[in-house]
Amino acid sequence: MHLRSFAIKSPTPMPGWGLSFGIMLTMLSVVVLIPITVLLWRGFVGFGATGMWEVINRPRVWNALELSFRAALVASLFNLVFGVLLAWVLVRYRFPGKRLIDAAVDLPFALPTAVAGIALTAIYAPNGVLGSVIMETFGMRVAYTELGIWIALIFVGLPFVVRTVQPVIEEIDRETEEASATLGASRLRTLTHVVLPMLTPAALTGFALALARSVGEYGSVIFIAGNLPNVTEIAPLLIVIRLEEFDYDGGVAIAIAMLAISFTLLLAINLIQIWSRRRMGAV
Amino acid sequence: MTETLTLPKPRAFRPATTEPVLVKWALIALVLAILTVLLFAPLIAVFEEALRRGAAFALASLSEPDAQSAIRLTLLVAAMTVPLNAAFGIAAAWAVTKFDWRGKAWVITLIDLPFSVSPVVAGLLFVLMFGSNSALGVWLVANGYPIVFAVPGIVLATLFITFPFVARELIPIMLEQGRSEEEAALTLGASGWRTFLTVTLPNIRWALLYGVLLCNARAMGEFGAVAVVSGKIRGQTTTMPLMIEMFYNEYLSVAAFTMAAVLALLAFVTLALKSALEWRYADQLAATHRH
Repeated sequence: MHLRSFAIKSPTPMPGWGLSFGIMLTMLSVVVLIPITVLLWRGFVGFGATGMWEVINRPRVWNALELSFRAALVASLFNLVFGVLLAWVLVRYRFPGKRLIDAAVDLPFALPTAVAGIALTAIYAPNGVLGSVIMETFGMRVAYTELGIWIALIFVGLPFVVRTVQPVIEEIDRETEEASATLGASRLRTLTHVVLPMLTPAALTGFALALARSVGEYGSVIFIAGNLPNVTEIAPLLIVIRLEEFDYDGGVAIAIAMLAISFTLLLAINLIQIWSRRRMGAV
Repeated sequence: MTETLTLPKPRAFRPATTEPVLVKWALIALVLAILTVLLFAPLIAVFEEALRRGAAFALASLSEPDAQSAIRLTLLVAAMTVPLNAAFGIAAAWAVTKFDWRGKAWVITLIDLPFSVSPVVAGLLFVLMFGSNSALGVWLVANGYPIVFAVPGIVLATLFITFPFVARELIPIMLEQGRSEEEAALTLGASGWRTFLTVTLPNIRWALLYGVLLCNARAMGEFGAVAVVSGKIRGQTTTMPLMIEMFYNEYLSVAAFTMAAVLALLAFVTLALKSALEWRYADQLAATHRH
């Protein structure tokens, strides 16, 4: 009777607890919890940590993991800078077609990755519209090189920073900028010392989301990458290859390595975010 | 004697909180150039490649039996995934926002987890659970319920990928709206269902539609997770995105890009509806979509 303090939920007259909590927990278990537990069990108990390490500690796997994270990092850093710039342009400036551009920013969310993959390959291939121009002017190949992977991941991660930073810029009180100007700061100094710090936490959130998305990206990358082992072979593709060879343990080991590195990165970014919130003030 | 007073011509005035005009237009031009190269050029390329040999040829490729079955399968998978996802989203949002309970933060983190898992890993999860190397999978196949390399596996993988979509839209808006309206309805004697249908649902309908829209777009377009669980059996477990890959690898360029163009049109519709919701019902969507 008086077990209230041990109850999971505090008492309320609101109906539907059993039903809503039941549906939520059932689906969460079936779709997310049990499958992930099976993966970890299979890896750590079935295959063992040493076995997994042997799989990962081979040049081809190592190169694939390194490529996936390096390319995701490069693409997300580009999107961090470009996203803040794009958000600024969309909020502060007026120009014809602005609404259309604003809507188009979400295109990478709505466009299937396979479509993006073949479309980017078509234009960045050596005989493509942009690929041929870049080839002639810079002598560089884009598709079927790491540069192509960067392009695909920039495409995929484009909306994240824009969409996290945009609402923050809208909320900025112009008086802060006026105060900075009256105190003699140049416009550039106001932007770098007053505005940018206010955007930092939101921009980092967007960066983390873009990074998480692009590390594991598969569909848009495999068409443009060329998929040459050790050079342009990304980690998710290597998992697919292992599965096609029925080497489930190999696939599991690479998958767990990817999860581990992603979560470490996300944790690190979360810590940076907490630090920047404290330092720059809450936004 | 009148002397005309000539005032000095006023200098162009720029408020201290804007950038010089030249900088402004340079930034706009830069942004547009990058977007053209990254977003618009690929989009135009899809339609150009699809129509390379004429509209009739492109349309004919869509009526091939394989293409037809891919379209049907994609519609079927979306028709199963989206309602399940919406049901989950509503249930989760109700449990999270209408009650106070322990472990709530953990559950919210778990709901978001699929966002940071590679689609390929998502597919792998269900191959491990229900594939030929798991006892459960072997038993299910022996009893006539194959999951992997069949439609149920595709639905499960798609469900994983789209898992947070509806819940993430509903939770913030329901938190913001609070519980008082439901409490008033209950006090006035409405039943739980009636309260939900006549008070809560009208309040969250646009946010729900927004989530469903994004969920549907992702469900129809998912590639990596589905590629792993489907087995890519032509005419049976090949969805539209997988069909694109097959056509592309077989150098059936027009067929691949025509199928891609269909999905691109779907993306346009999604974006148009999404933008319409953002402009029209901004106050009834989660705060991050209001602009």
